[in-house]
Amino acid sequence: MRSMLARAESPIRRLIRPALWLLVIVPAIVLVAQLFLDQLGAEPIEALEHASGEWALRLLAASLAVTPLMRLTGWGWMVAQRRFLGLAAFFWAMGHLSVYIVLDQFFDWPEIVKDILKHLYITVGMLAFVLMIPLALTSTKSSIRKLGGKRWNQLHRLVYVSAVAGCVHYLWAVKKDLAEPILYAAVFVVLFALRFILRKPGPRGPRPLPPDASVTLPAA
Amino acid sequence: MLIRRPDDISSSDITPEAVYQNRRAFIGTAGALALGGLVAPSALQAMRFDSGTAGAFPGLQADDKLTPEEDATSYNNYYEFGTGKDEPKDQAKNFKPMPWTVNVEGLVKKARPYSFDELVGKLPVQDRVYRHRCVEAWSMVIPWQGVQLKDVVARCEPLPGAKFVEFTTLYDPRRMPGQARAVLPWPYKEALRLDEANNPLALLATGMYGKALPNQNGAPLKLVVPWKYGFKGIKAIVKIKFTDKMPNTTWNDANPSEYGFYANVNPMVDHPRWSQAKERRIGQFLKIPTLPFNGYASQVASMYSGMDLRKYY
Repeated sequence: MRSMLARAESPIRRLIRPALWLLVIVPAIVLVAQLFLDQLGAEPIEALEHASGEWALRLLAASLAVTPLMRLTGWGWMVAQRRFLGLAAFFWAMGHLSVYIVLDQFFDWPEIVKDILKHLYITVGMLAFVLMIPLALTSTKSSIRKLGGKRWNQLHRLVYVSAVAGCVHYLWAVKKDLAEPILYAAVFVVLFALRFILRKPGPRGPRPLPPDASVTLPAA
Repeated sequence: MLIRRPDDISSSDITPEAVYQNRRAFIGTAGALALGGLVAPSALQAMRFDSGTAGAFPGLQADDKLTPEEDATSYNNYYEFGTGKDEPKDQAKNFKPMPWTVNVEGLVKKARPYSFDELVGKLPVQDRVYRHRCVEAWSMVIPWQGVQLKDVVARCEPLPGAKFVEFTTLYDPRRMPGQARAVLPWPYKEALRLDEANNPLALLATGMYGKALPNQNGAPLKLVVPWKYGFKGIKAIVKIKFTDKMPNTTWNDANPSEYGFYANVNPMVDHPRWSQAKERRIGQFLKIPTLPFNGYASQVASMYSGMDLRKYY
């Protein structure tokens, strides 16, 4: 098993970043193409709003899947992919918010403020986004160095709050058919649970992560 | 009978033809303008121009602009055929609406099953262009064909004690695949007060855009009450029951804090999740203010005089 993983490691390492770039960029290109080809149905703004929100959640889930995966494989280099995916989730969330402010509300600030204060699902969605801002700002290697691995990791635990808020935002936004938001919430529950399961100490527990290129990151 | 014109659609409420003919380009342009300089909304308001072309249906004003038929028949809330708005068009395409029977029940002289023809056949067909306002804060302008509900009520001959009319949608999970999941308590039910049912605006639609009502829009028989949110417009009606007590209605049962019995369009009373102050006309970029009773106040407001519309939402 170990040797198989070791053999797999090197091509994955080489190809993973281009693959992740595709994962982030292709849906954006498809959506813009659909918009201009009139393929988004009668309400293209709503379609963009939904799609961008769902991609933000998907990428957030992907970033949260990295740590359990690292613990299973011992591939410490994946820590950089975790940051990449988290940042990608942030950009999709920013796209989601931009669609809301520009296309949906068209800069009607009084209405936007009212919406955020009065409609709790929007309040919670804003919270999910705002909590991602410090994480995005400190996603560089120099920030990790400046903050120190431990404090950086503590700060980035905000991602859990953001993920929960994102799920609640989705659950609350839906009028009646909760199947999809529940599916998303279930994925996050599994990802959270995996962290506890894989954390358990013992002789067969996870190996300590190898140090990152520039800094030692304790497992989050 | 022709309805009065003053509160009908004025030219400024209608999607400009240029917008709906090339609206993605419009969105692109507006987006570019917005990103370029945060243009004041008034600049885009100016793009809402009036231009007249003769309506295609009798009884229309010259400058009425309809929602494209393609949009009105592909963007549907009809959970019996799926909860996605694009699902009903596909899921309902094999639905056979005929033959159709409507059971008339309750406090009426003539409680019995009516064939579709017996119930609405031989009644004068009306052409009505109505604004359609969904509680989700989008709207359309749709040309309906149908019969006045009050004519159908009269045909059923309600007894003096009748105060409400309850409608029920077909329950048949084999023909309506969305009913296989208990997203809502099936069958779907809606109701009106008898005076609302007798309002000249209330229509039992049998067609739209000059064609038989498409399956995804509620074939063969759909209620249209344009001063109320769209969910009151129950589709595929198989039962009409006259009662003396206010009937339960599906969305009110499912979530009473969000959906009331009356569901009159009211920009002053927000839905807990959606502001009702404005709406997006499908195909139009900028949101437009929502009018009390969806713009039909002069024809319907008197029915609610003395009622607290925040309480009776």
